Amino acid sequence: MSETVLMKGNEALAEAAILAGCRHYFGYPITPQTEVAAYMAKKMPKIGGTFLQAESEIAAINMVYGVASTGHPAMTSSSSPGISLKTEGISYLAGADLPALIINVQRGGPGLGGIQPSQSDYYLVTRGPGHGDFHVLVFAPSSVQEMADLTGRALHLAWKYRMPAMLLADGTMGQMMEPVRLPEPCNAFGDDNPWAAVGTGMKRPHNIITSLDLSAETLEKKNIERFERYKTIEENEPLWEEYMMDDAEICIVSCGITARVSRNAIVEARKQGIKVGMLRPITLWPFPKKALAAAADKVNAFLCVEMNMGQMKDDVELAIRCRKPVALCNRVGGMIPTPDEVLEHIKKIAEGGIEA
Amino acid sequence: MAHHEIVIAGFGGQGLLFIGKILAYAGLVEKRQLSWLPSYGPEMRGGTANCNVILSDDPVGSPIVQHPNVLIVMNTPSLDKYESAVVPGGKIFVDSTLISRKVERSDVDVYYIPATQMAKDLELGNLANMILLGSVIRETKCIREETVEEALKHVIPARKANLMDVNLKAIQAGKDYRP
Amino acid sequence: MIVFEKPHALTDTPLHYCPGCTHGIVHRLVAEAIDELGIEGRTVGIAPVGCSVLAYNYFNCDMIEAAHGRAPAVATGVKRALPDNIVFAYQGDGDLASIGMCETVSTAARGENLTIIFINNAIYGMTGGQMAPTSLLGQVTQTSPYGRDPKTQGYPIRVCELLATLDAPAYLERVTVNNVKNVRNAKRAIKKAFQNQIDGKGFSFIEVLSACPTNWGMTPQKALQWIDEAMIPQYPLGVFRDKEA
Repeated sequence: MSETVLMKGNEALAEAAILAGCRHYFGYPITPQTEVAAYMAKKMPKIGGTFLQAESEIAAINMVYGVASTGHPAMTSSSSPGISLKTEGISYLAGADLPALIINVQRGGPGLGGIQPSQSDYYLVTRGPGHGDFHVLVFAPSSVQEMADLTGRALHLAWKYRMPAMLLADGTMGQMMEPVRLPEPCNAFGDDNPWAAVGTGMKRPHNIITSLDLSAETLEKKNIERFERYKTIEENEPLWEEYMMDDAEICIVSCGITARVSRNAIVEARKQGIKVGMLRPITLWPFPKKALAAAADKVNAFLCVEMNMGQMKDDVELAIRCRKPVALCNRVGGMIPTPDEVLEHIKKIAEGGIEA
Repeated sequence: MAHHEIVIAGFGGQGLLFIGKILAYAGLVEKRQLSWLPSYGPEMRGGTANCNVILSDDPVGSPIVQHPNVLIVMNTPSLDKYESAVVPGGKIFVDSTLISRKVERSDVDVYYIPATQMAKDLELGNLANMILLGSVIRETKCIREETVEEALKHVIPARKANLMDVNLKAIQAGKDYRP
Repeated sequence: MIVFEKPHALTDTPLHYCPGCTHGIVHRLVAEAIDELGIEGRTVGIAPVGCSVLAYNYFNCDMIEAAHGRAPAVATGVKRALPDNIVFAYQGDGDLASIGMCETVSTAARGENLTIIFINNAIYGMTGGQMAPTSLLGQVTQTSPYGRDPKTQGYPIRVCELLATLDAPAYLERVTVNNVKNVRNAKRAIKKAFQNQIDGKGFSFIEVLSACPTNWGMTPQKALQWIDEAMIPQYPLGVFRDKEA
């Protein structure tokens, strides 16, 4: 294991991607993720990799599509408005069954919005960011360590399942420094990709990378097969962390920075004798539905703590089939809920004053 | 159980993040739990800026400091903004060259250090931030005195190693200062 | 006996193009160039969105289908990952000069060492004959039913001339395929655009004035004449950049 170092979240994820074997980065400047591009600009030329500042977010994701078509790992990074632009390319990646890593360091929206942290791309990225029926793997890190670890995992699983994966962070995660142990270098990708467009070598029929299929029958079949693969992923890949859930009567559901804030509120509430715990989804797609359903058997109420208007709350209610009330503690526009605000909500629920 | 939640605030360019980085690296050297969170955006370029540092023996929850027990301020707007947030019994460090008003609260310890004037008098350039840090280390023990030098090595790039001595001198001046 | 053979770089798949469409000729010229240069095994082609969207079925090399207008970005990615391979994009006027203009200009400005074949037929073919960025003034299309009016619909874009303002491109030439002589000339240009890439000379771009009898509402023969009469005056043939020369 490497030694512990201090790194910004944005730099840790960039280094982790390199350590996982990614050698092609394409991006376009946007706050608050520009450190990723800056890091790659310094590092890639020294290790024989590609750093290219693309003419737009759209071009960047399509350059990723080009590299992915050749069977090499590639990534791009952006923040919310840039992700809107990338959705076209993400849809094509999904339609052509290509692996890719997309980093989204979220900021407040809609529109140009602001530059302060947000979680308001939840709907966009968990429903399939682009046109058509598809999903991308979505990981929500809650520490700089997870920024590094989940980047490696996202690349690995994108490759395993041949689909795009997204690291969904926010401005706080990107900008903060924490001690981090970087993973050991590895190559999760393999060199033998019989599907890749690398030249036939006059030894095999040509490979075609495409998302187009003008036959409705076969296009339907491809969609259904893709969703069979998604079913396996929903079965095997959900990740979550439980915190003080053993005797909990109230379950907070929160990810990323708000999960960190919620921890403080839980510690304080426990001091006041309130039995509250947290289920923190680490993968947002696949969503940890079973874990939430199991929690619903034990607790009296849920509290979603989010930096959006309650987007994840919908998924919690679906996962538990609305069997228990689900309350919301939220701030938006770049505001972050304080531990005191979360505590107030916990107390209100404990006193039976839930408004679901 | 040591637990310090520190806010460093002032204008961009005063070396606020630098103070935070030294504290964070000292925490790393001492193998403590820690987080360092800067404000970011246009305010980095000359407006008000701040940095949150948490040093703890326990895992850090939220990296956002809501109620600091150590506040370091280098301009009046920052004192106005954060004075009321400090926990009772907390410590406030004021650059009294730049902030003319007094802290109004009586339930906190206040240290007035004319850091900017001292830096000028001692020909320490713009190292008022390091003078304040010296005082903070002495009064709060949030990091050990002996780890400062190692932390500085992390923060000062090798090609600027000649700045090491002057930074240490500024920190020492802060430690030695008595009103 | 001389047998006129199909180039190896073309598959046996029957082309779907309309009678009189010149895509087939240009496909053949590209395939001949690939054959003659012996690069089929290491070539990766990028197909656009538009009439030639299914070009990936017609070329025997590995093929990638790109989103509308994004072929130069995809080609850039491929070339960065496989610098020793030969990479070409094949695009129409809507794809390259309208929705994809940003990618076109930026890829040219970077001087990416790849080859772009640009089919300019002054109309959107696949969607049924709408105005293109290269439609001529007064040209009647589905979306310019009274003729292209510069007051509301602007002027046609001359892509070779526009790219010639950039420092990076190695080779820019406009050709056409409306008679035997011009086909031979187009073949020379296309082959050179691939040879340049093999030699590492940089961005090479061939614009081919092409016929769309179906959407122009003309017989194939009349359409070839129209290239001479209407298109060439607006889009003069010739070399706009050749760093070698």
